[in-house]
Amino acid sequence: MERFAELLDRLVFTSSRNAKLRLMGAYFRTVGDPDRGHALAALTGVLEFKEAKPGQIRGLVQARVDPVLFEWSYDYVGDLAETTALIWPAKPGANRKPEITQVVETLAETKRAHVPDLIARWLDALEPTERWALLKLITGGLRVGVSERLAKTALSEAFATDLAEIEEVWHGLSPPYRELFAWLEGRQGRPEIDTRAAFRPLMLANPLEDHELDQLDVENYRAEWKWDGIRVQLVAGGGVQRIFSRTGEEITGTFPEIADAMTFDAVLDGELLVVRQGVVASFNDLQQRLNRKTVTKELLRDYPAHVRLYDILFESAEDLRGLTFDDRRARLQAFLERTRPARMDASQLLPAAGMDDLKQLREEARRRGIEGLMLKRKDSTYVAGRPKGPWFKWKRDPLTLDAVLMYAQRGHGKRSSYFSDYTFGTWRPVTERASEEAANKSEVNGWELVPVGKAYFGFTDQELRQLDKWVRDHTVERYGPVRAVDPQLVLEVAFDAVHPSNRHKSGVAMRFPRVSRIRWDKPASEADTLENLEKLVER
Amino acid sequence: MPAPKPESWIQITDRGFHVAPGGFYVDPTRPVDYAVVTHGHADHARPDHGHVLATPETLAIMRHRYQDRAGRVHDPMRTGESRTIGEVTVRFVPAGHVLGSAQAVLEYRGSRVVVSGDYKRRSDPTCQAFEPVACDAFVTEATFGLPVFRHPDAAGEIRRLLAAREQFPERAILVGSYALGKAQRLISLIRAEGYDRPIYLHGALMGLCELYRELGIDLGPLARATGQNKKTLAGEIVLAPPAALNDRWARRLPEPLPTMASGWMRVRQRARQRGVELPLVISDHADWDELTQTLHDVGAPQVWVTHGSEEALCHWATQQGFRARALAVVGWGEEDADPEDSSAQEETAQTGQPGDRAHRAPGG
Ligand SMILES: [Zn+2]
Ligand SMILES: [Zn+2]
Repeated sequence: MERFAELLDRLVFTSSRNAKLRLMGAYFRTVGDPDRGHALAALTGVLEFKEAKPGQIRGLVQARVDPVLFEWSYDYVGDLAETTALIWPAKPGANRKPEITQVVETLAETKRAHVPDLIARWLDALEPTERWALLKLITGGLRVGVSERLAKTALSEAFATDLAEIEEVWHGLSPPYRELFAWLEGRQGRPEIDTRAAFRPLMLANPLEDHELDQLDVENYRAEWKWDGIRVQLVAGGGVQRIFSRTGEEITGTFPEIADAMTFDAVLDGELLVVRQGVVASFNDLQQRLNRKTVTKELLRDYPAHVRLYDILFESAEDLRGLTFDDRRARLQAFLERTRPARMDASQLLPAAGMDDLKQLREEARRRGIEGLMLKRKDSTYVAGRPKGPWFKWKRDPLTLDAVLMYAQRGHGKRSSYFSDYTFGTWRPVTERASEEAANKSEVNGWELVPVGKAYFGFTDQELRQLDKWVRDHTVERYGPVRAVDPQLVLEVAFDAVHPSNRHKSGVAMRFPRVSRIRWDKPASEADTLENLEKLVER
Repeated sequence: MPAPKPESWIQITDRGFHVAPGGFYVDPTRPVDYAVVTHGHADHARPDHGHVLATPETLAIMRHRYQDRAGRVHDPMRTGESRTIGEVTVRFVPAGHVLGSAQAVLEYRGSRVVVSGDYKRRSDPTCQAFEPVACDAFVTEATFGLPVFRHPDAAGEIRRLLAAREQFPERAILVGSYALGKAQRLISLIRAEGYDRPIYLHGALMGLCELYRELGIDLGPLARATGQNKKTLAGEIVLAPPAALNDRWARRLPEPLPTMASGWMRVRQRARQRGVELPLVISDHADWDELTQTLHDVGAPQVWVTHGSEEALCHWATQQGFRARALAVVGWGEEDADPEDSSAQEETAQTGQPGDRAHRAPGG
């Protein structure tokens, strides 16, 4: 448990992605099987065992510690696992310290009624940080900011192995991943897995830069809309249905209606959207379906999911990735006509004879509320990763808005000495109720600022230094890491779209807001109104 | 004649801990004519007193900090020595907190009260170890007076620091630490692990490290962090006041790995508030086990508790059969208080170092 606890403890406090990769890599390289495999499973959230209930932990600690001191301590620390780990009376040399493997295996075979005793004996044997790690592990409260993708990347870097290769075998493997580590360490060949259920790394597009426009041989490219949902891979066959996100994380459970519709034997690539009566809903609607633990009937009814298909990678056991785009598209059409799966259709190819047609289509995207265009070379094979040349995404020009900086917050990691996260607002007339709130200091001549979004990129390092200085010089109030500033600075904010939202005070939510320009010259009173922003909401 | 009760000859006034039959105060929080000072931290040693009785080291620290406001008369007394002031005898006994720190043992007509100041029971190569003294009333701190505060072995924490340095050789290891006591103890602990490279210091820590050296504490090679080429600090250990950890000063360092050495680091939320990546639980204050052990060792029937979680320690002491009460001395415990309001400290640290301000990058 010692090494695992140390790893968790470091990960909890580390925000930089690179540092996390290094910490995990060192762990996987220096810890043996099967502990590292169970740790990998714990980090990626695939360990399954009887979880201990917080009430049981509380019962254990209260039987050992003065109840008054426990309550005061819990109040102070604010986290049950942590309080318990720290306050647990030390019993040096009580038992042998359990390793993570022993914890996982013993919990799996112990009767529920005996679990508390077991935990108490482990806690006796461990040091405070190890107790904390154990309690977080067995109560299912491990939140250390490690995604499956990040863990795979750590393995790829630690063992100098291509990430795409790891992703191909990943979903056919299970804890404690002995064959995986044997292969990564070069002791064995690549694990043989049932490829029918596996994730295949996706092919991604590069943004099309303005200067590349002229060189593009338009006649060799196919155009389609760039749908604004989440990219998914559908893998079905042999009684298995799996939905993977772009990064290979399995999200089947989040979209059961799609899984039910996957009654075919193929691997498909597409965009997951919310579609009502054939009309694509905003990304905001799709967001209602993401990161939900349980999928309710109401969610299924109000936010019906749909997959708009881009590509076909496998049909039964036949690997189509070596075919050209045109050939694959023909296979996809034929496949859909034959199988007619519910909740799916093909993304339409758009007729475009030349650059003028493309430009016109891109203009049309705005009117239709679509993000932009995808351009794919007609002879491109399906290659994992983001190769330069065959596929482009050509986003429509962003919308912009002049907003007033209201709050700034410290960034993370490398940016922690800078106020780098900016909340900005637009003007609206003061309502009577609002003017009664004496705290509203941003009121000017009957207008007040209402926060409409947050941006933390888009500026250069030089501009970041200037903004940081400006924030420090214009702070009017501090709330921990947040500073309220004198509302005097106008930021030109670029964003892809704006949608109605009842989760935001302003009633609207911006998509991908970023700072496009700092308007040092513009008086705050000339910034946009909330009404201006509301006019940009698409149907 | 029975000895007088401790509470009959000691009062807490708006100036602090008043010993009436001696006509003096211990660690007064406002200027007084006669002060007995336990150690050099700012919440115990204040400027502008008349007569100051303290150990030679504490007086040197006060002169370093307050210069011409360090007190009119400096009256040095070593640990083990005693002095009679009015009707009260004062003796100094080591407290193990920082260089020069002493408990004030006060005796009046057969009644003995020990004001321990701040203390710890762990070994510290930069100061003399705490000695328990039997007494009628024991005044104890309770900075870490909750049973969640149990400091681990300090050497183990230093080994974690050195391991992080090896793991991230391209980064500067930036350690936040208080200027008096903690910084010097950290350096000594790092040296004890066999580390002999120069240790780099924020300007605010230079003076006291220099003073420790003059007072005979060997700290090995030290260098100023300010003004170094950024690249030369890669893989080096840099000490700075806590407020500099995530502020502009740190931008001169290559990808600083912020760590902080403090007893508060035991609680994750506290470390997170500070943006600390590697919390090091190292403190110059007694942890819960040391506090409770000390009450048993001293065996005073009366325990007066100051700074920190007074009520928790009082609760424990009462259950153990001591007569315990919280002693509200306004101003004690501020030096090492829980750094909740980091922004306020940030400003003090910035105004405190004119030398560092000049080196700031333009526009930063
Ligand atoms: Zn102190
Ligand atoms: Zn103190």
